[in-house]
Amino acid sequence: MPVKGWIEVDEVYCKACELCVNACPAEVLEISKDRLNPTGYHPVQLVGNGCTSCMICAIICPEAAITVFRENVLSREKKAETEVNH
Amino acid sequence: MTRELLKGNLAIAETAIRVGLDAYFGYPITPQTELLEWMSRRMVEEERVFLQAESELAAINMVYGAACTGARVMTSSSGPGISLMMEGISYIAATEVPFVLVDVMRAGPGLGNIDAAQSDYNQIIHGGGHGDYHQIVLAPSTIQESIDYTVLAFDLAEKYRMVTVVLIDGIIGQMMEPGILPEMKPARTKQPDWIPPKWAVRGKEGHDRHLLTSIHMSPTLEEGLNLRLLKQWREIRLKETRYKEYYLDDAEIVVVGFGTAGRVALSAVRTARSYGIKVGLFRPISLRPFPEEALEKLVDQTKAFLVVEMNTGQMYKDIKKIVSNQSRVEFYGRVGGVIPFPDEILSEIRRISSMSYQSENIDPIDAWIQRLEDIRKTEAVGR
Amino acid sequence: MDIPNTNLQVVYQRPDVLTKVVSHYCPGCTHGIAHRLIAEVLNELNIVNNTIGVASVGCSIFSYNYIDIDFTEAPHGRAPAMATGVKRMLPDKIVFTYQGDGDLASIGMGEIIHAAGRGENITVFFINNANYGMTGGQMAPTSVPGQKTTSSPFGRDVKTAGYPIQVSELLSHLEGTSYIVRRSLHDSANIRKAKKAIRTAIEVQMRCLGFSMVELLSTCPTNWGVNPCEAQDWLVENLIPVYPIGDYKVIPEVAEIRVKG
Repeated sequence: MPVKGWIEVDEVYCKACELCVNACPAEVLEISKDRLNPTGYHPVQLVGNGCTSCMICAIICPEAAITVFRENVLSREKKAETEVNH
Repeated sequence: MTRELLKGNLAIAETAIRVGLDAYFGYPITPQTELLEWMSRRMVEEERVFLQAESELAAINMVYGAACTGARVMTSSSGPGISLMMEGISYIAATEVPFVLVDVMRAGPGLGNIDAAQSDYNQIIHGGGHGDYHQIVLAPSTIQESIDYTVLAFDLAEKYRMVTVVLIDGIIGQMMEPGILPEMKPARTKQPDWIPPKWAVRGKEGHDRHLLTSIHMSPTLEEGLNLRLLKQWREIRLKETRYKEYYLDDAEIVVVGFGTAGRVALSAVRTARSYGIKVGLFRPISLRPFPEEALEKLVDQTKAFLVVEMNTGQMYKDIKKIVSNQSRVEFYGRVGGVIPFPDEILSEIRRISSMSYQSENIDPIDAWIQRLEDIRKTEAVGR
Repeated sequence: MDIPNTNLQVVYQRPDVLTKVVSHYCPGCTHGIAHRLIAEVLNELNIVNNTIGVASVGCSIFSYNYIDIDFTEAPHGRAPAMATGVKRMLPDKIVFTYQGDGDLASIGMGEIIHAAGRGENITVFFINNANYGMTGGQMAPTSVPGQKTTSSPFGRDVKTAGYPIQVSELLSHLEGTSYIVRRSLHDSANIRKAKKAIRTAIEVQMRCLGFSMVELLSTCPTNWGVNPCEAQDWLVENLIPVYPIGDYKVIPEVAEIRVKG
């Protein structure tokens, strides 16, 4: 099972260039439609559950606007162990 | 001939093409890049020579080469690029081949910024290149003047075998106004009445070889060249001085400004007149040769001259020398890309008209610095 | 959409040596990627306080506003000469230039050849996007044949404007150079390789092994007239055939450097 990930976009830097949207292998990024950042762009946002923290979005982002988080796998296995033991 | 809405840079470029420009070599630099871009299309369409050089240094040397063949050539640049061209200009002046330079001034020194200024007056008028040489400098302030003086520049350059400069600033380069362009003519070297100049380097078919060089190892010969250039210059001074006068018949205050500064000053002068202040405008068209005699004639009637420039007092110094101790010369300038507004100049006119000068001995530049610092405190950053 | 679980660790974030300023670069411009990679490398090597950048004239003229290190600004094309002056005075500092194709390959051709020929112990980052971006998209020495630009409106005609200059190939013939490579920034795999090259180039300087240059094929969506994603394809179709990605000069001592990542 792939590692689960999460990203946060610092919206003030995003210029809606869509390089990350295009590059994301899990296709979980899209340009928001409901808000604008201070420079007038619709910032990108995470949609859906498929992020694997592959970091491709952060690598391709020209504005270094993306922080990538990865689920701590050890704690997930420990959680599974605890569930089994119950 | 139709009136068209034209951008300064394009008006000058198209004018040059229409009077038969054979070759243009240039390099991108704001605020004159559109001139280069226009040339890149139109010169190719008209089957003339166009090349974007690798630098301004290369461009001026390409111009030098083409000029040596007797062709009608031009280049254009701004601040940092003009500085790079100075060596070439000195060579071209020494070799006495005709050439037209368009300088679209921007703020400096260094890279500065891309807004308009008149900070290169000293460099262009007093010669930024090395050695004793001279160049004719024309300063338009409208699109139509830019067109007319570009035509004139080529004629003067060819007549006197001189470097002729059309000196404008970023505002004139970028603004759009109606203008009438000249009739289209073929490339100069292909016009039916053109014969190769007697000095041109084109292969020595039918005559002794021609040599164009700026080297004169014998000091005596070099001195001879310098004297000959000087004598020719003194003749040009008598014949090629140009200026425009506004409301000077009864003026007690004479505002002096060229280019955009002169144009803004004209607005202020008109408003001051409507308040009954006896003020007029003297606008030099030829900055070299400077219209000294015409200015001297105004000394007796004036209480003070007000020199308005977009620099820290360059033409001001020349005017001071011309009128020497006979008249008070004041200064107002904005610099660094800041453009003066008519109301600022109007304030100066009013200040001068209400002052008496018997006991004034503050240096006008020091006084200006103080007044400008006060004005700047009231302005937002980034103006 | 739910957050996976509460035990998340950060695996990537914006390097703090990048200033908290929204850049003036166009959306999708790979200048931002190049800046970020340089910032990451300076952080990883812990040399932020010992590095001096020499900015040049082009779209990246304000690169000094985005990377928080000591910087000087060079006249158009002269950055390699200025960097020489800085490095010769401060040989223990890391000195790099950051130049576009107009700056380096046009007006600055003399300076780059001589800095490379002298084997100056500096690092040059060369951003190649085949046009003069800052002044509105004029032809550059790196523009490809047939490319329409604002000063080659009918397409670059090799009969009058000649052929593009391949700077990495050109400099690699100079004995004074130690590490000359070309990479690209058009997709994440190539960006990863570009970062390794940038890291290697800085290591070359840190070990006093001579002149290093990383040429980075970059996109210019605005002046190529395409959107940022299309610009990546444009680069692959038009630039890579003329500017192959590869290593053009790697002296044996540099070949021994191993960079992880």
